[in-house]
Amino acid sequence: MGSRLLGAAAPFLVVGALWELVAHAGAFPPRLFPTVEQVAATFIRLTASGILPHHAAETLLRLAVAFGIAALAGALIGIAMGRSRRVEGLLLPLVSIGAPVPGLAYAPLFLLWFGLGDAGSIVLVAFVSLFPVILNSWTGVKAVKEIWIRAAQTMGADERRLFRHVILPGALPYVLTGWRLGLAQAWRILVAVEMLAAVQWGLGWLIFGSREFLNTDVMLAGIAAIGAIGLALEKLVFQPLERYTVVRWGMIAS
Amino acid sequence: MIEVRDVTLDYDTPRGTVRAVEAASFSAKPAEFLCLVGPSGCGKTTLLNMIAGFFTPTRGEIRIDGQAVSGQGRDRGIVFQDFAQLFPWRTALGNVAFGLEMKGMARQEREAIAREQLRLVKLEDFAGAYPHHLSGGMQQRVAIARALAYNPRVLLMDEPFAALDALTRDEMQRLLAEVWRETRKTVVYVTHNVAEAVYLADRVIVMTPHPGRIKAEVTIRLPRPRDPLSVEFLEHQKELMRHLTRKEEAR
Amino acid sequence: MRALISIALFAALYEATARSGWFAPALVPTLPLVGARLYDMLADGSMAGHALSTLYRVFAGLALAAITGLVLGFLVARYRALERFLMPLVSALMPIPSLAWAPVFILWFGLGNVATILIVFYAACFPMLLNTWTGARAVNPLWLRAAGAMGAGGPALFWKVVVPGASPFIITGLRLAFQRAWIAVVGAEMLAASAFGLGWVIFDAKEFLNTDIMLSSLVVIGAIGLVFERLVFGTLEKTTVARWGMVRAAKA
Repeated sequence: MGSRLLGAAAPFLVVGALWELVAHAGAFPPRLFPTVEQVAATFIRLTASGILPHHAAETLLRLAVAFGIAALAGALIGIAMGRSRRVEGLLLPLVSIGAPVPGLAYAPLFLLWFGLGDAGSIVLVAFVSLFPVILNSWTGVKAVKEIWIRAAQTMGADERRLFRHVILPGALPYVLTGWRLGLAQAWRILVAVEMLAAVQWGLGWLIFGSREFLNTDVMLAGIAAIGAIGLALEKLVFQPLERYTVVRWGMIAS
Repeated sequence: MIEVRDVTLDYDTPRGTVRAVEAASFSAKPAEFLCLVGPSGCGKTTLLNMIAGFFTPTRGEIRIDGQAVSGQGRDRGIVFQDFAQLFPWRTALGNVAFGLEMKGMARQEREAIAREQLRLVKLEDFAGAYPHHLSGGMQQRVAIARALAYNPRVLLMDEPFAALDALTRDEMQRLLAEVWRETRKTVVYVTHNVAEAVYLADRVIVMTPHPGRIKAEVTIRLPRPRDPLSVEFLEHQKELMRHLTRKEEAR
Repeated sequence: MRALISIALFAALYEATARSGWFAPALVPTLPLVGARLYDMLADGSMAGHALSTLYRVFAGLALAAITGLVLGFLVARYRALERFLMPLVSALMPIPSLAWAPVFILWFGLGNVATILIVFYAACFPMLLNTWTGARAVNPLWLRAAGAMGAGGPALFWKVVVPGASPFIITGLRLAFQRAWIAVVGAEMLAASAFGLGWVIFDAKEFLNTDIMLSSLVVIGAIGLVFERLVFGTLEKTTVARWGMVRAAKA
């Protein structure tokens, strides 16, 4: 048990040790390359004073709102596209064109149109995470096997029942995948958007703002927080989501 | 030519040591077609894998032409049951030429030989096709050509036709008999299909499971080409079935 | 055909909004204006200059990431000890968006190419590493056995069986790495570039409310991304894994 823990920690210890060596060697000015203790101390200081949690909470709130919008709207649009040829014909070209554009490219535009701060950043993140959700939901509806639809129809299902009992469950794994990808996308872009959008609070702003005063230790503490949240998202949200999808996949693949 | 002497294989599982093969002994003469027959779990595939050099026996030894077997080697060609054994990124020709390429042969020479091998299995027109475009039977033919191309002394085959439909299987057995007649390799062929063994083999070795042991050796003295519907053929089949189903005497 | 109609409709909608007078013309320029600006920038070579700058950074970062990802991916697949050492680090670093490192890199290396390329490298590294690793492990053991029986030694086995066998995953990894790199470069240029690059252009245009420049650059960014997706990767797939019937989906 003890050796297992040591094994898992080993890489971090090695990296930490190397970092310490470089920091102490004096090749870089100490402000630019703080030692591990300094970063840890700053991290503790910021957390204790409530500053770091505040920033983190702001970021997470924006994430929740933006992704919430994208998840709902994206699923609805994607499903509509899957159900109706007309809607698909109308929207698919637009979605296909918009999707490969890096989300951040829209940033200054959106910020100009919707203003800096919360509004602009939320709209931007929501817009960018829309695409994976739409595409996957659309694929999901289309992937529902013809055989199942025929069988249900033979057994007397009308349009409404068909949708509720066959199409929605059938498309669900894809929708979940879309949500997973959309959330990952939103997370990746949110931090950058906060840097650009000059919001008041937020982890991205914290890191970017620290540039002014060469507070590398604050930056690294912020990055550590981002990493921790990202990891938590991964373990607590993505993986259960994926496991649920995989379970469904298994049922459907059979 | 092939000497299997008192070979035993044990392997470890979470539930303890399992004996896959016990004290197996037999030999194969040059250009002889030998079949290993038995139900699942009788160790026939394990035995084949040991001859191929993928596993090492726990006890006993295996010799080919007097030399002990240690690991894989180009003196033995192998054909597996799974069609996926072909390399999907190479054409049929590319697959067949692989062994020659490993030998360091020049391109023109090895392609010429590879084409010759494909002609032998009647696939010369498909030299440029990729495996996923070929049917199961065709893929197995390419696999056979590939195993023969670099002229191994021994050909090892592990239920190569088991995954094919009955009609294709019959066709493939006839083709294999022809190929063997032309190339005169020593063949060790594993199958659970008794009729197949009678059709192809000079000698059949019957194995029983738990642990895998050699039960009997039956010589098939029928002239070739063999007629699966003849009385003599069925007699041999019945004899083999008797060996397979007879209860074990008390040890 | 349908696609054109839909785009035309959307364009018309935009145009109507632009001309409606609800928004300042500087904020929502009409399409002819955007077109004219795009044409100007293409004609005087400034757009080309920026695009080349961006492409240079993407490819530099991508090349570094590809080499690192491929080498590490194969090594990790081969040596369990390395896997145990490296993967916890990878899992810890992966959830951090590449742009979060931008301020740190800027402090360390200043604005300009180095910081930008490093950000791209960081973003593209992970998909490359993970997909190569998965691909190497996914090589069918049957191929390794057959090749071994035919006398393939260490290097031959690696180059002639493992690499082609892992190619579907490697190509997917490359594709994902490019997508990430493209996203990262635009953001990185907004934050870390000093004077050139498509991302920088967009960011800079914000200062003077040059929405027409912004939109022009957006068009170019989108076009380049699309071209690479379809043309480069599509062709790569078609000539290799699609031709071999090995097309497989790898996780995003």
